[in-house]
Amino acid sequence: MPIQLTVNGVSHQLDVEPDAPLLWVIRDELGLTGTKFGCGIAQCGACTVHVNGQAQRSCVTPVSSVEGAQITTIEGLGAGGLTPVQQAWIDHQVPQCGYCQSGMIMAVSALLKTNPQPTDEDLANAITNICRCGTYPRIRAAVRALAKA
Amino acid sequence: MATTRRMILLGGLGAAGALVVGYALWPSGRIARANRLAAKPGEQFINNWIKIAQDDTVTVVVPHCDMGTGIFTALPQMAAEELDADWSKVRVEAAPSDPDFANGPLAEGFILGEQKMTGERIPAFLRGIVANSFRTVAGFMDLQVTGGSSAVRATGVYGMRVAGAAAREMLVKAAAARWNVDTNACATKNNRVFHTASGKSFGYGELVAEAAQYSPSGNPKLKPKSEYTLVGKPIPRVDIPKKVNGATEYGLDVSLPGMAYAAIRISPVFGGKLRAVSIGDAMKRRGVMKVVQLDDAVVAVADRFWRARDAVASLNPAFDDGGNGAVTSASITGRRIAALKSGDLKSDVSLGSGADALSQGRLVEATYQVPYLAHAPMEPMNATALYKDGALEVWSGTQDGLGARAFCAKTAGLSMDKVTYHLLPMGGGFGRRLPGYFNFLDYAVRTAMAMPGTPVKLVFTREQDMQHDYYRPNVRSTFRAALDAKGMPVAWANDYTTDDKANPEAHIVYGIANQSIRAVQVPTHIPTGPWRSVEASWHGFFIESFVDELAHAAKMDPVGYRLALLKNSPRHWSVVKTAADAASWSTPLPAGRARGIAMFECFQTIVAHVVEITLTPDGNLAVDRIVSAVDCGYAVNPDGLKAQIEGGIIYGLTAALNGEITIDKGAVVQANFPDYEMVRMAQCPEIEIHIVESDAPLGGAGEPGTPPVAPALANAIFAASGIRIRDLPVRNTSLAVSQAKAANL
Repeated sequence: MPIQLTVNGVSHQLDVEPDAPLLWVIRDELGLTGTKFGCGIAQCGACTVHVNGQAQRSCVTPVSSVEGAQITTIEGLGAGGLTPVQQAWIDHQVPQCGYCQSGMIMAVSALLKTNPQPTDEDLANAITNICRCGTYPRIRAAVRALAKA
Repeated sequence: MATTRRMILLGGLGAAGALVVGYALWPSGRIARANRLAAKPGEQFINNWIKIAQDDTVTVVVPHCDMGTGIFTALPQMAAEELDADWSKVRVEAAPSDPDFANGPLAEGFILGEQKMTGERIPAFLRGIVANSFRTVAGFMDLQVTGGSSAVRATGVYGMRVAGAAAREMLVKAAAARWNVDTNACATKNNRVFHTASGKSFGYGELVAEAAQYSPSGNPKLKPKSEYTLVGKPIPRVDIPKKVNGATEYGLDVSLPGMAYAAIRISPVFGGKLRAVSIGDAMKRRGVMKVVQLDDAVVAVADRFWRARDAVASLNPAFDDGGNGAVTSASITGRRIAALKSGDLKSDVSLGSGADALSQGRLVEATYQVPYLAHAPMEPMNATALYKDGALEVWSGTQDGLGARAFCAKTAGLSMDKVTYHLLPMGGGFGRRLPGYFNFLDYAVRTAMAMPGTPVKLVFTREQDMQHDYYRPNVRSTFRAALDAKGMPVAWANDYTTDDKANPEAHIVYGIANQSIRAVQVPTHIPTGPWRSVEASWHGFFIESFVDELAHAAKMDPVGYRLALLKNSPRHWSVVKTAADAASWSTPLPAGRARGIAMFECFQTIVAHVVEITLTPDGNLAVDRIVSAVDCGYAVNPDGLKAQIEGGIIYGLTAALNGEITIDKGAVVQANFPDYEMVRMAQCPEIEIHIVESDAPLGGAGEPGTPPVAPALANAIFAASGIRIRDLPVRNTSLAVSQAKAANL
């Protein structure tokens, strides 16, 4: 029984196990490698995607649980040009190695949709993604600027 | 003391009086090969690191890899500055992993700085190369290493600037020859050579073929700082646009036709061997192609990663423990304590009367310890390899492309010319991906060789990554000092354990007349390696904590105490003063809040942090703000420097607060982020960085921000609570203070 998956507006019929992790299906089956593997247990957030607009950690998401949902990855987020969050990431020179930033940008983008003017505390509570390069001060600066915009 | 440090550190060359001498650039005959290897149609190499295209585009070829430190911007800035290039027409690419693109300037840095290279003098971040002997010390000329905070201060200073200036001279010669005028009659600007009198000009692209015929000068005229237009500016990083849309292709993202995926289980005890594995139903699982047995690991290969991962988890391998199955963190600490009391300590520094002078004043003693630490970069270790028709092709992110290629060749038993290595950006390095620490390449190559014709991508799970790292060593260090009647130290005696050599970073900058610094080697079976800032990560904590203890024993202000000891070290004095003033050190904080300071020099850069904390009586700690001062001589890209110091601070803060790898039954206990916790947004302090300029030779940026974090934090905790943190991480100590004690502080 194929699984129907809609990613970045494109519908796919996939012959995968129902419990296959969404992260690896996106990466290995669909070839969308902007979504990263960091821990495999929903701790680090490198694999964050949007499921019906909500941030979700795809490494522990069984693919069958999001059948029929609208899934957006980093590739889909800025498909129509850079989003304000992506632009703020450039303006504030946020990324270092960049590996966690797809997940960071997806998580922050989802936060700003429901809370366009987050306080520092809102940001700290909502964004639990890990960055080993230590870009948090710049993420905070970028979000402060976005909240003012 | 300063001389000792300089002799060992890479960048002391300028300070030691050497003129800036460029690494001998290629003779023009080598250019043809370089063009074949790395020039696209319309491009032409003019010398080692610079290509110019017919449309005047300048491409700087960087003999490093991108791990996020900004060197793919800073190094081209240095080359373009001397070349008088138009920044909008400057591009950058990584050099091929080929000996012709070895980082001579980096090797030159060592040779200029040291008369003779010996094992004793090789900087710690490069020791893995020698220890693993896939290259000899002489082979250092074949370096392509990214580490030791060396890119700007070695590759940039000795390579990029020289290559840019030499290229400019060659282009001017070519133009002058066309006009039949003296080169002095020509000027350069924005990728063009001008004949000043007539205003005629040629684009660099028009001249490059002729210019490349001249031999590049190894000692071209360099610009004075006052003429810089690119260097010293916060130019935006060239790699960032592709890091906000998922477009950067890391090692993990390699995709090849017919590629298989591999997951591994390595002997949990280091040094253990695979005795047997019951494959059971693994081969019947969907997509599973092969189970590969290696001497110390078992690998499952499948058509998708999650299938390989689940298949390897389903196996039941039996490993022996290599005789190390009884080792625990406690047994290692016990050996360290015993070694420090033994007669095996070897003197590294003896100044004045050494430890004999301890009788000349009031004795202060303390012992500190730091734990093993994992690197835990966000991108777990991985490599993709294809073995076909007697040749090997490998794709991976490492901190040394050429070294990785040599390592893969040795692993496969092939000559270098049968091995192609594709160097890819890394999701973090921090020392984990330096040569000497290539276990992921070893497993990937051996797995691929078991499956000829199939490209195999081996990915460590986070658990394998954390449990099969090369750890920041666990180190114990004891101090004794004697204070005179005024409370100033007259004697300093420090004994510490080391996994290999004596550590130059244990040498102190403070002016103390009598010193004894000794090391004792306590090898264990735990693999260790360079971790962001290497030896400075532990000696910085030890030294800066103990100096703070001395200040308190003397009932003196910790900033004033340091300044008094730094009278003869004006750069260090100035960095401490700048950080303290910027943090309003002399203005008291409200109850429950406190500050601590620490200063350390490493990789030729001096950093001081003032850490401000809030500590509640029941022991809840928050790090509110870190004010930092940094002197790296001159900031090639000030915003890039700040980003590196910020990153170094967060890396150091994670380690100071939480970082600890422990050993039980010979194996690492921690497996993933829940038990190796990271600082996240909620714990991230405000960070404020002040750049202190000096005329010193350029220092590094990637690592020096890390060492002062832990001691400044521990010193702040002491100021708040009277609790002295002598063992890291902080979270192992209860910070709850009785009300009575708190009232007395």
